[in-house]
Amino acid sequence: MPEQHESEGVVSSAGMGGAMDLAVSEAETLERTPGGPEGTGPAGKPRSLWSDAWRDLRRNPVFIISGLVILFLVVISLWPSLIASGNPLKCDLAKAQEGSQPGHPFGYDGQGCDVYTRTVYGTRISISVGVLATAGIALLGSVLGGLAGYFSGGYDSLMSRITDIFFAIPVVLGGLVLLSVVTSNTIWPVIGFMVLLGWTQVYRIARGAVIIAKQNDYVQAARALGASDSRILLRHIAPNAVAPVIVVATIALGTYIALEATLSYLGVGLKPPTVSWGIDISAASPYIRNAPHMLLWPAGALAVTVLAFIMLGDAVRDALDPKLR
Amino acid sequence: MLLEVRDLQVEFRTRDGVAKAVNGVSYGVDAGETLAVLGESGSGKSVTAQAVMGILDIPPGRITGGEILFQGRDLLKLKEDERRKVRGAEMAMIFQDALSSLNPVLSVGDQLGEMFVVHRGMSKKDARAKAVDLMERVRIPAARERVKDYPHQFSGGMRQRIMIAMALALEPALIIADEPTTALDVTVQAQVMDLLAELQREYNMGLILITHDLGVVADVADKIAVMYAGRIVESAPVHDIYKVPAHPYTKGLLESIPRLDQKGQELYAIKGLPPNLMNIPPGCAFNPRCPLAQDVCRTDEPPLHEVDENRRSACHFWRECMNG
Repeated sequence: MPEQHESEGVVSSAGMGGAMDLAVSEAETLERTPGGPEGTGPAGKPRSLWSDAWRDLRRNPVFIISGLVILFLVVISLWPSLIASGNPLKCDLAKAQEGSQPGHPFGYDGQGCDVYTRTVYGTRISISVGVLATAGIALLGSVLGGLAGYFSGGYDSLMSRITDIFFAIPVVLGGLVLLSVVTSNTIWPVIGFMVLLGWTQVYRIARGAVIIAKQNDYVQAARALGASDSRILLRHIAPNAVAPVIVVATIALGTYIALEATLSYLGVGLKPPTVSWGIDISAASPYIRNAPHMLLWPAGALAVTVLAFIMLGDAVRDALDPKLR
Repeated sequence: MLLEVRDLQVEFRTRDGVAKAVNGVSYGVDAGETLAVLGESGSGKSVTAQAVMGILDIPPGRITGGEILFQGRDLLKLKEDERRKVRGAEMAMIFQDALSSLNPVLSVGDQLGEMFVVHRGMSKKDARAKAVDLMERVRIPAARERVKDYPHQFSGGMRQRIMIAMALALEPALIIADEPTTALDVTVQAQVMDLLAELQREYNMGLILITHDLGVVADVADKIAVMYAGRIVESAPVHDIYKVPAHPYTKGLLESIPRLDQKGQELYAIKGLPPNLMNIPPGCAFNPRCPLAQDVCRTDEPPLHEVDENRRSACHFWRECMNG
């Protein structure tokens, strides 16, 4: 790179002489970053992995579409009355299974409840179960996995065997067995079950990411400068190992929403009067021939939500994994 | 003596067997003095340095013997948390590849400031001001603005200056530089080396310079230790070794430097390859590659002969070697 040498302002003529007593102008003549603006943003602001990823995401239509869908879902799960004025628990048996009519675009379900209102209110349960379960597995999995990857040795071997055991448990069967004995009608047992069986997924990813990150020279450099284990782990390894965990968690969020519906469908997840898409799908399935609209709307909402989170996960992965760029 | 390594032995236990990386290395360095440790890849020069710093990966590494005396204390007898207080504050290390030795997600200011936060308990704001000071001291232009930049935004030479600044931050008594200029342009190498030597004089630090570049050594080192297969085969003041090497391996190294007065001739290279550390040849480890090797070299390990007061050679035939 000849331009670089020039800007470094150094005379190099003698080639590789034995002793390096070249006529090098004293270090006063400094090399400058080649090409100045390279590596700096348009405003000259320093760019990090995260701001780079954000720039990538903003240009990605997959991210924009899935992000808008998710934003919409989050808003209506917080304030369902914004778009649905009815009460999801106010039902009129006389209207059971009736189809679409003015003011009730999605029709009525088997109990004569308004499907539109129930679908809108069901968002809250789906989103909160998905978000809380994902937060739980991400936290537990990355802490345990991060420690296993960093300290290796006996703790790692033990933990990895334990995760093997959890991997061997079929999720739906485990749910049927464990959740069938639960009587509480809150979302917590379902979330607890998901975290219990789900953390191993993040554990493996986090452990692998930490093992890769800890081999970096800057980790050894930080140790050579006297940083403690906790400091190395939190400040130097975690920020460099967190990206794959975020990606896996985002994709997992969609699958946990689907899992909640599955468990509720099977009768071991949430129970009425909780308003959940899974419960409504379960209730509608015997009438799929007579009144398909009862199944279509909650199932459609579930599919769109799961798809949006999986698409978001894909977009985030593309942005965070420099090798795919 | 600021640092004295005595008969250090390090091995690595791997699935394929035990690799003896360091086999009884002794060297010392005084305040203000520069010791160059020279050797090929795998000669144990970096492993010795890692053992001194206490950053050897254990396991698979293991220190099986010897002492590391630093300011009179045996570092190998310290507890890990006492050892950690020595690292960075009293001795520091500069690594070969500054890009990979700096954390890509933290700004250089954060990383420089970290030294003061960890060891001095300073506030983030004070640490940032210190970071700017340090960057100015290693002559990074526009330090005040660039302190917020990330490592990838600096050129190679600038990054190595930042590494030097990090090592110097707490004014340690000893600096170990592991091939500090190998990853740099030839032109920038000299600048970085000059800066390092100048700062060493200013702070009167001991410097251990690990390198395989004989050119770098000649300018800055006071004495040289040449390592081969985990042993020191020759140690001497720098000028003596360039004048007349007392070990055939040193001689081979010096002859394999390209010189302007040998234009058109074939460049000399030491025959063969460095030994496998899991299977070091009996006798003198260099004997399969040595032009002077006799039967005795294949059976008896040469002791460190005293060539003169400051000079040692681990060769049975050091006299023959010095006479040509």
